Amino acid sequence: MTLKNLNTKYKKMRESFFAGLLKKTKWVRRETLLIHKISTATRIASSMSVVEIFVALFYGKILKYKNKNCKWELRSRLIISKGHGAICLYPILADLGFFRKEELKNVCKNNALLGGIPDPKIPGIETVNGSLGHGLGYACGVALALKEKKIKTNIFVILSDGELCEGSVWEGLMFAAKHSLNNIIVILDNNKTTMLDFTKNIIDIKNLNKILINMGWLVKDVDGNNIKKIYQTLFSINKNSINKPKFINANTIKGMGVRYLEGQQLSHIMSLTENQINDSFIKNL
Amino acid sequence: MKNKNQTLTMRDAFLESIYQAMSHNKNIYFLTADFGAPILDKIRNEYKNRFINVGVAEQNLINISSGLASEGYDVYAFAIAPFITMRCYEQIRINLALTSSLKKINVNLIGVGAGVSYDVSGPTHHCLEDLSIMSLLPNFTIFSPSDIILVKKFFSHTLKNKNPKYLRFDSKPLGIIDEKFFNFNFLDGFRLIKNQSDKCLVTTGYMTHVARNINNKIKEKVDIIDFYSLKKFNKIKLFSFLKKYKSIVTLEESFEKYGSIENIVKTIMINSKKNIKYTFKGFENRYTFDVGDRNFIHKLNKISETDIISELES
Repeated sequence: MTLKNLNTKYKKMRESFFAGLLKKTKWVRRETLLIHKISTATRIASSMSVVEIFVALFYGKILKYKNKNCKWELRSRLIISKGHGAICLYPILADLGFFRKEELKNVCKNNALLGGIPDPKIPGIETVNGSLGHGLGYACGVALALKEKKIKTNIFVILSDGELCEGSVWEGLMFAAKHSLNNIIVILDNNKTTMLDFTKNIIDIKNLNKILINMGWLVKDVDGNNIKKIYQTLFSINKNSINKPKFINANTIKGMGVRYLEGQQLSHIMSLTENQINDSFIKNL
Repeated sequence: MKNKNQTLTMRDAFLESIYQAMSHNKNIYFLTADFGAPILDKIRNEYKNRFINVGVAEQNLINISSGLASEGYDVYAFAIAPFITMRCYEQIRINLALTSSLKKINVNLIGVGAGVSYDVSGPTHHCLEDLSIMSLLPNFTIFSPSDIILVKKFFSHTLKNKNPKYLRFDSKPLGIIDEKFFNFNFLDGFRLIKNQSDKCLVTTGYMTHVARNINNKIKEKVDIIDFYSLKKFNKIKLFSFLKKYKSIVTLEESFEKYGSIENIVKTIMINSKKNIKYTFKGFENRYTFDVGDRNFIHKLNKISETDIISELES
């Protein structure tokens, strides 16, 4: 086979890989809408902005895991600090065999495994979530522990931009930089919208990337809803051995894929009607 | 030896135990929120990897401790009592109390400055709410000792029992309670000084020393129950002791009506049909800005030795 043919074959494989990931994002959005149909108490807009990030982490094989051994010591630690916006993770975990797919039909019902916000009684979930500003500091402790045990695996922390208002996040950011916790990868779901308003109208952090760089973080800025770009960023940063904690500023759209939510100031607290879900479902087919 | 025990603080006695254990137990981490003690210099120099000063950041202190403990480490977190409990209460609630419902989290919060032991530092350093709010949290052990004998005995439990704990230490050396204790078993959570009285003072921490001073001043000495484990204690034995008295007075450096010892006695005695006189002594539900030493602050809040003696003789 010639070099040219090899390149063509490699290019086709890459295209096929990204087409597969893109297909998964559409599937995850549809499944998430179905979950929202079962329980409109779930936070749909926050879950839609983060879909590409989870798809890249799981289906892009960035994360190391064993679906039947969630305590496997070498696993990647995934800490979902913005726990309210993570119901899109449920279909992924079910699909990958962490729990039975039937559980997806019972979200938020009495005695269900899956609630509106994931917690560690669900296989694949590391931390108690739901209150903001906890995940990064916890991750710092895990990072120290793994370094002490000489376990080479990364800790991924999903933060929301609204969460940056919590002072405890900055305590964690300063600590991770000071201690060069290069096994921490923060992914900021920067969807620019909090519960009541657009983030810029509340606390407008100018030059966030520069602040973090000056603090001692390696920072990458990326379109977080572009599956190819977020995957490539995650892949390269996951392999990067620089002696700094890493931060991906993933620019996303709150309610991505649902026209009733995108660009809405109050999308965080909006629930969709059945007609709106059906309409959005068709769009994501 | 006796002299040393009389002048040693609970903090130094406990940190010495940690220091000794760290030499052979590599599973121990010591974290401080920029709060020091002479022996910490030895820990800091000899166990560099396992001593971390997180800075003046109590929320992060708890979060990091929880992360370390979730990976199997035994963690001691150290700060001034009101700051390590109230500055970061939600971190404690979620990352220690809630999380330990689902996995083993051995984080030992060491709070120095029980009650008004930081007397002249004023109300930010007075700690009158901690026993009440920490007792509320499921899965927590609350340890409020009156002397370093109890502190030393408790140390092994902090490694053996893999659940979150709050250790409330006085900032000053209090000396040893060296009376004989009736039918004493450390795991009971309290100890009884028996004087064949029909009156009993139920106390914790520094107030046990106040109770002892009172006994030295009054003719008819009263019994004293010194509480140190405020959530895990022998309820049957406590009831069997308490039901014999005609008068029970609880004493604690907490706010009255919300006190931890007060609630223990109320809960245990709720079904008692005997006619017992109860008095619950604590601080009035207000903050004290008046400057003065511990005795002065106790007088202002009507919990001084004189106030208690009047109560006993009424």
